Amino acid sequence: MSGRRSRSRQSSGTTRISEDQINDLVIKLQQLLPELRDSHRSDKVSAARVLQDTCNYIRNLHREVDDLSERLSELLANSDTAQAALLRSLLTQ
Amino acid sequence: MASLTSDNEQPPTNSNSSSTDHVRKKKSLFASSPSSSRGNAASVPTRDGDSHPRWRSEKQQRIYSAKLIQALRQVRLSSSSSATTSSPTAQKRGKAVREAADRALAVSARGRTLWSRAILANRIKLKFRKQKRPRQTVIPAVTTVVTTGATSSRGRKRRVSVVGLNKKSLPTVNRKVRSLGRLVPGCKKESVPVILEEATDYIQALEMQVRAMNSLVELLSGYSTPGSDSAPPPI
Repeated sequence: MSGRRSRSRQSSGTTRISEDQINDLVIKLQQLLPELRDSHRSDKVSAARVLQDTCNYIRNLHREVDDLSERLSELLANSDTAQAALLRSLLTQ
Repeated sequence: MASLTSDNEQPPTNSNSSSTDHVRKKKSLFASSPSSSRGNAASVPTRDGDSHPRWRSEKQQRIYSAKLIQALRQVRLSSSSSATTSSPTAQKRGKAVREAADRALAVSARGRTLWSRAILANRIKLKFRKQKRPRQTVIPAVTTVVTTGATSSRGRKRRVSVVGLNKKSLPTVNRKVRSLGRLVPGCKKESVPVILEEATDYIQALEMQVRAMNSLVELLSGYSTPGSDSAPPPI
């Protein structure tokens, strides 16, 4: 560990990535996650847990987007004239 | 709102200059402090609790919806005029819609984030392969200048990032950050704080995308049911 530290110190002073910085980012990430945001044990959630939940959440979002785009494509294919009216009205609002 | 749509037509038109913009943006990213305030300070004056109103504002939602609708209209036109007469498979259509939505999302990001640039670059890469190569050679040179003395700066950064999170199970955390980086477009080889920051922005953008597509689906299904000629509900 000390070997790594010395190497990191000599790489550059400006781009040394500190623990606090990473922790800060992880906390910000935690605020975004729906299940962890309202957790009252906010101090005790480990970084690994946050990261794991983030991965799952992103996968969920991807899946939702895929489902929605499939539904959207079906709707677009089926309703032509109604959709044209809709697009026109939405674009000129 | 004609102003909104005209405002947003600028980014997609210059696909050639956007690659040089990538280089410039990357350079300024590394030159400024690597702290997480770089992307947020530009859009949010105070970055306390309230997370990134950038992706939650009404205006952003309208911008994205307008872009999305334009992109979807192009998808519809292209699929109807293409040679595939009988309807293309649902998967292909869905994929085209997904790509159009992602592209609209990336454009709405205004090129400030890695993942948006990666999404747009992927599409450009498919069309013009030559443009990617000069970009690749320029970037390592830029990063070596700023991050002093590391030729394989990416590899060096990875070793630096291993230094302490909570000091327990570092390899686990690192591994999870890596897998997170694989999920976010364009972040497969970035350092840990970059991945984390890109992930925060990406999640919010994805949430907005889901919300927008949901409302669009609702509107369309409302229209396709017979007898619904009433005025569209306000967005």
